[in-house]
Amino acid sequence: MMPVGLTHFLVLGAILFCLGLLAVITKRNAVTVLMGVELIINAANINFIAFARYLDKDLDGQMFGVFVIVIAAASAAVALAIVLNIYQRMRSVNLDEADSLAG
Amino acid sequence: MDNPILTQALIVLLLPLAAFVIQIFVGKRLPRQGDWLPTSAIFIGLILAITLFGRMLANYDPAFKISHRFDWINIGSLQISFGILIDNLTVIMLVVVTLVSALVHLFSIGYMHGDVRYSRYFAYLAIFSFSMLGLVLVDNFFGIYIFWELVGLSSYLLIGHWYEKKSASDAAIKAFITTRIGDIGMLIGIMIILATLGTFGFDEVFAGVADGKLSGGLLTFAGIMIFFGAIGKSAQFPLHVWLPDAMEGPTPVSALIHAATMVAAGVYLVGRTFVFYSADALLFIGVIGTITAFIAATIAITQMDIKKVLAYSTISQLGYMVAALGVGGYMAGLFHLMTHAFFKALLFLGSGSVIHAMHHAYHELHDHHSDPQDMRNMGGLRTKMPITFATMLAATCAISGVPFFAGFFSKDAILAAALEKALTSHNPIHMVIFGTLLLCAGITAFYMFRLVYLTFFGEPAKKEVHHHAQESPTVMTVPLIVLGVLAVAGGYGHWFEDLVTKPDLAAYATTALVSPAVPEAGHEAAHTAHTMAMWLSIFAAGLGILISTAFYYWKKFSAEAMAERFKPVYNFLWNKWYFDELYAKTVLAGTHLFSRISGWFDLKVIDGLVNGVAKITVLGSRLSGWNDNKIVDGLVNLTANVVGWFGATLREVQTGRVQNYILMALGAVVLLYVLQLAFA
Amino acid sequence: MLSNVLSWIIFLPIIGAALILLVPRNEKQTSIIRWISVVATGLQVVLAVFIFMKFDRNTATMQMVEQAKWIPSYNIEYFVGIDGLSVSMVLLTALLSFICIFASWGIEKAVKGYFALFLLLDTGMMGVFCALDFFLFYVFWEVMLLPMYFLIGIWGGPRREYAAIKFFLYTLFGSVLMLVAMLVFYFNVKDPVTGGHTFNMLHMMDQTLHQGLLSQFNVRLLVFAALYIGFAIKIPAFPFHTWLPDAHVEAPTAISVILAGVLLKMGTYGLLRISYPVLPDAMMYKPFAYGFVVIAVINIVYGALCAMAQKDLKKMVAYSSIGHMGVVMLGMSGLTPLGMNGAVLQMFNHGTVTAMLFLLVGVIYDRAHHRDIEGFGGLSQKMPIYTGIVMVAFFANLGLPGLSSFISEAFSFLGAFSSTAFNLRVYTIIATLGIVLVAGYMLWTLQRMFLGQLNPKYADLPEINGRELFTLVPLAIIVIFLGVYPAPVLNLLEVTMNNLIVVMKEAPALWGMQ
Repeated sequence: MMPVGLTHFLVLGAILFCLGLLAVITKRNAVTVLMGVELIINAANINFIAFARYLDKDLDGQMFGVFVIVIAAASAAVALAIVLNIYQRMRSVNLDEADSLAG
Repeated sequence: MDNPILTQALIVLLLPLAAFVIQIFVGKRLPRQGDWLPTSAIFIGLILAITLFGRMLANYDPAFKISHRFDWINIGSLQISFGILIDNLTVIMLVVVTLVSALVHLFSIGYMHGDVRYSRYFAYLAIFSFSMLGLVLVDNFFGIYIFWELVGLSSYLLIGHWYEKKSASDAAIKAFITTRIGDIGMLIGIMIILATLGTFGFDEVFAGVADGKLSGGLLTFAGIMIFFGAIGKSAQFPLHVWLPDAMEGPTPVSALIHAATMVAAGVYLVGRTFVFYSADALLFIGVIGTITAFIAATIAITQMDIKKVLAYSTISQLGYMVAALGVGGYMAGLFHLMTHAFFKALLFLGSGSVIHAMHHAYHELHDHHSDPQDMRNMGGLRTKMPITFATMLAATCAISGVPFFAGFFSKDAILAAALEKALTSHNPIHMVIFGTLLLCAGITAFYMFRLVYLTFFGEPAKKEVHHHAQESPTVMTVPLIVLGVLAVAGGYGHWFEDLVTKPDLAAYATTALVSPAVPEAGHEAAHTAHTMAMWLSIFAAGLGILISTAFYYWKKFSAEAMAERFKPVYNFLWNKWYFDELYAKTVLAGTHLFSRISGWFDLKVIDGLVNGVAKITVLGSRLSGWNDNKIVDGLVNLTANVVGWFGATLREVQTGRVQNYILMALGAVVLLYVLQLAFA
Repeated sequence: MLSNVLSWIIFLPIIGAALILLVPRNEKQTSIIRWISVVATGLQVVLAVFIFMKFDRNTATMQMVEQAKWIPSYNIEYFVGIDGLSVSMVLLTALLSFICIFASWGIEKAVKGYFALFLLLDTGMMGVFCALDFFLFYVFWEVMLLPMYFLIGIWGGPRREYAAIKFFLYTLFGSVLMLVAMLVFYFNVKDPVTGGHTFNMLHMMDQTLHQGLLSQFNVRLLVFAALYIGFAIKIPAFPFHTWLPDAHVEAPTAISVILAGVLLKMGTYGLLRISYPVLPDAMMYKPFAYGFVVIAVINIVYGALCAMAQKDLKKMVAYSSIGHMGVVMLGMSGLTPLGMNGAVLQMFNHGTVTAMLFLLVGVIYDRAHHRDIEGFGGLSQKMPIYTGIVMVAFFANLGLPGLSSFISEAFSFLGAFSSTAFNLRVYTIIATLGIVLVAGYMLWTLQRMFLGQLNPKYADLPEINGRELFTLVPLAIIVIFLGVYPAPVLNLLEVTMNNLIVVMKEAPALWGMQ
């Protein structure tokens, strides 16, 4: 059994990112898409921390991770507010119906 | 101006003008429509003129001459003044003009009675009298040109008095235009005088000519040009055509203007400016006069309208006078001018009396179609109109040159002058002139007696007309009698010869360089010529009267048969040598053609050019507009369209679904990665 | 007021126009507007008479001069003054403007605009005749053009728009050429005080101040030609004359009067005021001098022939104007005192006579609503007073002695013929043909319209009325008076014109010609 190294973390991050992306692209429900976004953000966070641990030896990566978590929380709040608004206007959170930006 | 003679002459001149001004504005509202106003004005003028005449006879001074100039216009060094010149010739002309004019005024009161424009008629007579007197009195070329035109105006107005008739207004225009053609010649002459001598005054001009400042060909040309004015006004060939037509005017007008005074103005002009003409110019004048005398006399033979005969007779007699001046018969020409004024005015007034009677008769018979002037409708009137007959017979004798009548003396003097010139000049043309003039004397006697026979003798052509004809009222017969006396007695005495002497150019010279005048031909030659001419003249007149009597009184020969026999000649004369037709076809038609061409040219070519430029500009603007619309703007639109097309196509990508965008972004990343792998 | 009388006479109409624009809309509006115009132009006549009395006849220098800076950076001045040449035209303009107000009494459409524009036009005309600064002259020249365009284009006859545009473009074309000449003068004439450029006409007339381009003879000829075309369009000289018949025919009566009476004079006025004294050597240049005479002769003969061919009375009068302006040009070309004075007198006389003619045409048009010469006949029986005045005007037009045109025409002919500067004899003799032709068509027209049997269609035409008589009688009196005694006008001109001749004759020596 080989020791857990940087690669493992990166693979985990990549898997998480792909899952998130999949959710963002395929799901119709806005809330599910938001959950996918959270996955993507946390995939990025894992990368930050992994690089900080293995390559940099200082705390810059961890600092970014904390900032990301904070901003992700804020943006999730904003996003949920938007979804709520969409729901109020359309009585649905189906993203296929929210295509008023179509050219 | 202190001179009483001048004052008197000025009053004579200005009275008719004042009468005209009053008459034209208020004449209609005056009692009797104001006919007494111009009439009394001219009668006062006549009395003043006769006192002047009496003075002249009492003084008996051939060199009598006074003049005065009133300032009028000064430009630079040129002073144009209104100048008056009075010498014996002027005084005689004043008497002639005022006398005939006064008698015509008097006659008109009867003749024009009841006319629609009675007051207007007298106003026009007054303006004519003024213009004619002015013409006689002025002392410079510019002034004479002014009055020359003014008599033309009054002639126009009076010929066209009955302007409802188209023929009358046509005749008026013809008279004005034809004489104006002559006036242009005169203007050219005056321009030459001004350009070379720098003055208009007669005396200054003659002095300039005497000093040789204007000489040679230019002098001759200037003389002929000045004479052109006379050709127009005095109805000389080739501008004589207006005078017969002018008979459309009232008959007293014909007597005054177109027989006695205005038409004689040309003769007066040549006489007044006699020294201005070079020998060549005089020859030209003589030839023109002779041609005129002959042409008109031949035409008069065939005419049937009583006034037309008299009109042609007038032209012929005017030709006589002009020819007389041309051959140097200064005194003879002017003398004939005076006697002719009396007997021709009488003939016209007499014919007016006859026409008046005929008109009256037709009126009684309710015949409005027959021509009261046609001699074929007359005949035998001597019993009905004894005074008219007697006076007209006297005038006819005078014009025919029957001895001891006024015309005999003057005509004889003309023939004598022509013969004398022919004998002394050795120029065959002068011989021809004399021969033609002699022939014309015979023809004149013939056609004048023809007129008398046709009108007064023989059987009346229409009994009922003859029955209704009657002698004219006193106001018309008195002028006839007065003129009749003058036609008989006007030629006696040597006063005219003594007082109106031939002017001498050398006398005007300011430098002594000019050689003295060539001595006149010997007294002996003159005497011979005079005696010979007298007998020839009597012979010609007698022959003319004899033939006329044979044709129209004894009826030995038939005029109709003669006319039939010489049909082409007869037609040629009856149609007045086809002058009218010739002018109508050439000058008139030419002018109209030119005017129409000009009008067309202006409208189509010049304006066409302008409009063409405008059209080309518009076309150019259309082209550039098209270019702008289609090509320049087309390119711009093309760009826009292409962009638009791309936009329309690409908009499909913009679905509005965020997930699609992300998918595309993912695809793009993958693509970039693959590309990087492939090319790195 | 009396010290700047010229400014008053120029700008009085504009004050009137401003007042007219302030008149409120009510039922009295029309008559108030008319009377304001009457007062404005009437005062102008009073001032003109005052000028006539005060004018010193014995000097050729400018009088009643007013000079002030206007646009100092370009040395443009408000500079007005009159000499004998201008004063006659000022009198004519004041007189005709006043009369035309009365002739415009019948205008119903947009009265306010009409009279306001008319007064503006009046200012322009007066200004042109008084201006001594070329720039000012040009401004007034254009000020005159625009109202004229509207007056023809709005109040004219059926083809008014065509006529107005033709008039406008033609004149504008001339103005542009004039502008070019003006700029050449501006840049090549030295201001004697400052040494800079100048628009002052009096400085331009001083040949010693010419420099630069203007010292080249060819340039001088070119500039003269440009100026000549600019003015020839206004005269109008053949072949630039075709705007005139159209403009005259379409314009309302009063405007035709102004056009023929005043505007045409600006062409010859411009030549005498600017071309002759500023470029005398170019005028004395033989090809130009003879070309000028040839055009004059063509104008006379050709104008008369064209007039004879016309069926429209107004058009005939218009063409007769072309002929008579030819006489003016002929008189000007000989450089003799007689001819020059005759020409300017002819400008004045043609102004009054042709004004009468157009007013008379207006009178008959108002009654019969057409102007076809052939369509009348025997009118004298119905309208004797009218016919009497027509005869005065017609006979004046054909140059009968005793009426004003005779003197001026005779002087022009005599002056040209006796010219010593050039040999114009043959040309003058050809031009005399015009005298016969004019008589021909005037009398022919008189016969067709007034003589003969009365056309039953016009059996109840009313006689000329008081207002129309009021416009015509003063003109008739002037025509007769000047025919008998022309000295009052001639005295105004003489010294100025003689001085001009001296200037002209000295020019060739100055420029080393001949």
